[in-house]
Amino acid sequence: MQISPKSKGRAKPSGSRVEIFIWYFMRLSGVALFVLALAHFSILHFIYDPSKETADFILGQRWSELFWRVNDWLLLTLVVLHSTFGVRTVVNDYLHSPRGRVITLSLLYILTLLLLAGGTMAVASAGAPGA
Amino acid sequence: MRRYLGLLFTYRSREGTVAWLFHRISGLAIWAFLVLHVLDIYLVGDNPGAYDDILRFYASPVGRVLEVLLGAALLYHALNGLRIVIIDLWPSMAQYHKVLWRASWVIFILLGLPGAAIILLPLYRDSLTSLLHTLGIN
Repeated sequence: MQISPKSKGRAKPSGSRVEIFIWYFMRLSGVALFVLALAHFSILHFIYDPSKETADFILGQRWSELFWRVNDWLLLTLVVLHSTFGVRTVVNDYLHSPRGRVITLSLLYILTLLLLAGGTMAVASAGAPGA
Repeated sequence: MRRYLGLLFTYRSREGTVAWLFHRISGLAIWAFLVLHVLDIYLVGDNPGAYDDILRFYASPVGRVLEVLLGAALLYHALNGLRIVIIDLWPSMAQYHKVLWRASWVIFILLGLPGAAIILLPLYRDSLTSLLHTLGIN
């Protein structure tokens, strides 16, 4: 029986430890995000409705419990890293000049750091006295 | 662009190619929303008024249609990603790749249609109420 090579995921890389780490990270974080991201979307679109999710709702209700702040921070970290590695794969697929890759990936990694820093600040300090 | 769109329709196009192309497009779309979402959530503590303004857009008719598209991208990416993980970590499952592909679409429709309805129904609440009223139910 014939199986399209694209039915499988990207072939597991050999040699580079970084590439093997990323290959496993994409799959493990993907399974975690299957639960975390779909739960996040379901809670905030099916159980609650965006028309009710004001800043007061987030600070007074959702983020009044440490559990949800930690949960949201975990989701933030995993989704930012998972999507960064995903976009990195796309960049490497379409950009072939070494110069273009270095510039584009540098911009991508700067954006990644900004998202992690800004998101962590928001989830850790929003609503705290003096914040 | 033609070359990549053509991939969808040429004789070489099989389930795997379509799955791969949709996975890539949905992934990039989710990434774009992620950037916006970190920006808006940053405003919760920094400028709650501006955050509430963005929220009003999310709850608007255009916002809700975009949320349905976001949810569809998320659900597709999640289901197809799980299919990839299953085949990559248990290579013997590759012989069932077409079954997994079709099953992922069945789950997509079964979860996606009610999900889309829940997101869009508030737009029709007034007409639904008056319809029920006319029918004498409420």
